[in-house]
Amino acid sequence: MSNPTLKVEARGDREIVMTRIFDAPRHLVFEAFTKPELLKRWLTGAPGWSLAVCEVDLRVGGSLRYLWRGPGGEEMGMRGVFREITPPERIVGTEKFDQAWYPGEAVGTVVFTEQSGKTTLTQTIVYESREARDIVLKSPMEGGVTISYNQLAELLKSQLANEKSQRSA
Amino acid sequence: MQPSGYGQLDATFAALADPTRRAILARLASGEATVNELAEPFSVSQPAISKHLKVLERAGLISRGRDAQRRPRRLEARPLAEASEWLERYREFWEGNFQRLDALLQVMQTKTKKRRPPKRTGDHR
Repeated sequence: MSNPTLKVEARGDREIVMTRIFDAPRHLVFEAFTKPELLKRWLTGAPGWSLAVCEVDLRVGGSLRYLWRGPGGEEMGMRGVFREITPPERIVGTEKFDQAWYPGEAVGTVVFTEQSGKTTLTQTIVYESREARDIVLKSPMEGGVTISYNQLAELLKSQLANEKSQRSA
Repeated sequence: MQPSGYGQLDATFAALADPTRRAILARLASGEATVNELAEPFSVSQPAISKHLKVLERAGLISRGRDAQRRPRRLEARPLAEASEWLERYREFWEGNFQRLDALLQVMQTKTKKRRPPKRTGDHR
C-alpha cells in the first residue's frame, strides 16, 4: 500500500495545491465530498466539533453552506457557490469563511483521479491576493497535517492486514 | 473564542498581511521603539511607516508607551496569540477530517462489495 501522505505546495503567487491519495475508487471519494449525509460523517472539524449545518446544492450556480459547532457552542461558518461540477472528476467552487481569517474570497478546484482503485485528490485553492495565500501558508498546516496523515497510513496498513488475515481465515 | 472576537481577528490578519508590518512587529518583539527607530531599517519614508503603525495600532497589535516625548511603540501580544490559536484550530480541523474520511471510505467500500459481489473473472489472487 502506498503511503497516503498529504503534500502541500505553493504555486505561483496566489495558489496552494494539496495532494492526497485515498485507498478507494474515485466515485466513492466524490460521493463522500458531495453528499451532506456523508460529509457530516467526516468533515466535522476539530475534536468535539460537528458539522451542524451542511447544505449542498450540487449544480452550477448552486450554493454550499457549512456551519461547524464546537463543544462550547462556538460556531465557524463557510459558504460557497459551485462553478463547475463534473462527476466524479472535478468540482470548482468559491469559498469564504464567515470569520474571514484571510482577506477576500478563494476559488477551490478539487480533481479526483483514479489509478488501480486508488484516488488521488488534488485540491487547488486560488486566493484573491498573495497576502491571503501567504497567511494560509504560514499557518502550521502542512507539517501537522502531514504528520497526522503518516500516522493514518500506518493505521490503514494494519487495518488492511487485519482484513486480509480475516479473509484468508 | 466569542463571536465578538472575530472582528478583532479580521483586523489582526489584515494587519499581518503586509511584510513591512510583520517586520515592524518582529522588531517590537525585542523591545519598544520610537517611530524613527522603526523607520531606520526600511527603505520607506517615515510617513509610510506612520501609516503602517496606525494600522497596527487600530488592530490592537501595538500601543504607545508612557514617554510623551518619544512616544515609543510596543508590542501587544494578546491579539497575536489569539490569531495563532485560530490557525491552530484550523490545522487540527484538516488533520481530523481526512482521517475520518479514510475510515468512511473503508466502510463505503465494504458496503459496495456486499451489494455487488465481485465478478469471478479468473484474476483472483
